[in-house]
Amino acid sequence: MPSNEFNGFTDYGIGIGLRVPHYRHILAKKPVVDWFEIISENFMVDSGRPLEVLDQILEQYRVVQHGVAIYFGSADDFDRTHLNRLKRLVRRTNTPWLSDHLCWGSVDGRYTHDLLPMPYTFAVAKHTAEKIKAARDFLEVPICVENVSSYAEFHASEMTEWEFLSEVVELADCGILLDVNNIYVSSKNHNFDPYDYVNNIPHHRVGQIHIAGHSKFEKYILDTHDHPVLDPVWKLYAHAIKLVGNTATLLEWDDRIPSFDEVHHEALKADKFRENVIAAR
Amino acid sequence: MTNALFRPLTPRWGMQKTWSDGRSTKEVAAQFIKPNDRLTSFERLEIYNRQYWFRVLDCLHDDYPGLRTILGTSKFTKLAIAYLERYPSNSYTLRDLGDRLEQFLREEPDWTAPRQALAIDMARFEWAQTVAFDGPAKRSIDADDILTKSADQLILGLQPYLSLLELDYAVDDFLIAVKKSEEDGLRGEASNAVHSAPRGSRRKPVRLPKKQKVLLAVHRYENMVYSKRLEPEEYRILTALEKGETVAAACESALSESGRTDRDWTGIIKNWFDTWSALGWFYLPS
Ligand SMILES: [Fe+2]
Repeated sequence: MPSNEFNGFTDYGIGIGLRVPHYRHILAKKPVVDWFEIISENFMVDSGRPLEVLDQILEQYRVVQHGVAIYFGSADDFDRTHLNRLKRLVRRTNTPWLSDHLCWGSVDGRYTHDLLPMPYTFAVAKHTAEKIKAARDFLEVPICVENVSSYAEFHASEMTEWEFLSEVVELADCGILLDVNNIYVSSKNHNFDPYDYVNNIPHHRVGQIHIAGHSKFEKYILDTHDHPVLDPVWKLYAHAIKLVGNTATLLEWDDRIPSFDEVHHEALKADKFRENVIAAR
Repeated sequence: MTNALFRPLTPRWGMQKTWSDGRSTKEVAAQFIKPNDRLTSFERLEIYNRQYWFRVLDCLHDDYPGLRTILGTSKFTKLAIAYLERYPSNSYTLRDLGDRLEQFLREEPDWTAPRQALAIDMARFEWAQTVAFDGPAKRSIDADDILTKSADQLILGLQPYLSLLELDYAVDDFLIAVKKSEEDGLRGEASNAVHSAPRGSRRKPVRLPKKQKVLLAVHRYENMVYSKRLEPEEYRILTALEKGETVAAACESALSESGRTDRDWTGIIKNWFDTWSALGWFYLPS
């Protein structure tokens, strides 16, 4: 399902995350990149350098917005300032779809700036789906929710993570940003089969895929986004592509960011990979 | 869970063993978090507790290199923890994390003793840089617009991204030296990027600034942040304009306080207004 209502019926290829250390290189060298993913919050400012760079990028590239602070899963009401600014940015970038995480992160107006896992209950799914719908109606853009990596599970949970994700997106009638690295990380931390996860979600709702690297510790895996993509994640990605089709994919690299060329090289690998999988289908 | 996340870590960066009501944190964690075959409920919760603190401390560490150098990393980290305990983030963006730091330094002088005044000057200057970087801008007016209006009726607004600071230490030169001595460490920006405990950085020591009155305008020009030293009369005119006085009244009160009568004030003030307008500092309030 390369093009569907959840990604605004686009057919984007492999994208790269737009990061500060690469600004100069991108603006000077104008490398061929299918699209850039921006972290919305970094550009939800009043004015100044971030918006100047963004406008220059927008002149040459397609941009998709990815957020880290809507917190669909927080019990709090939306932060109206946040949503208003987000809407202003949506108008500026013309993003065909917008993503944020299936998580919570604030309580009573206090922010953790983290992407925290939720108890997988029907009540929480309903509440979350309602917030997603409200955000979509206000922002007037399709929304894809991303599965986060987690290190803890709650006693209160009534279902698996993939059942919860499916429940939420069905209730909200929204898309999925499937992060295969996060699935892999969580499968190690919570002892489940990552293929069960990928097999059992509504494939027609996947509007975008994330791939990334991670760090292995002795007892758990942290989603650090600071390494090249590892082999098992490539395999899981191939499996996902087989099921959902040739979907817009973003390579995430957030920490210890190497040169643009190195990130670009890894992204091109994803492109090859994707083509091979699709050709073999 | 949030209560657990916001609780400060132990001096060795672990989760506190005792809960706020005296129970063991182990017991509290076990009530809502499942253990797995490798980690207890306590250990799983501790990952999040640590992530929270590393993330916010990392942010202040990056945004306040000057204050951190004045206090030293260890003292700065203790101050940052105390600050965030009282004023946890109330904004969706980490950009605003330091917005109540000056206030906290005034409320709790012990954290910066014996350098309170210097620390406050530095914190104000560093916050002003954040504001100058991406603070709101109004449509600026140029010098010609000003000339066509009569000075005793003209009221000018100052750009919201512009900060006027009266300081007792030359923190502007000091911060340049600090930044030079530090290599450009860039903050991990997004998603689940992981942060580690604050560490002291190994670099050449920078001499602390001497006591010296400085008047500064922290602003941006072509989207770069600058700070500009101001003469006393310059500073007084600008602060008077900021208070909403007319151009004529602002100049008058600035000069009446000035002891320097031997200068060609008309020419000087005209030059100042030309420069300020060229920098885009003024807008016409509606
Ligand atoms: Fe992701």
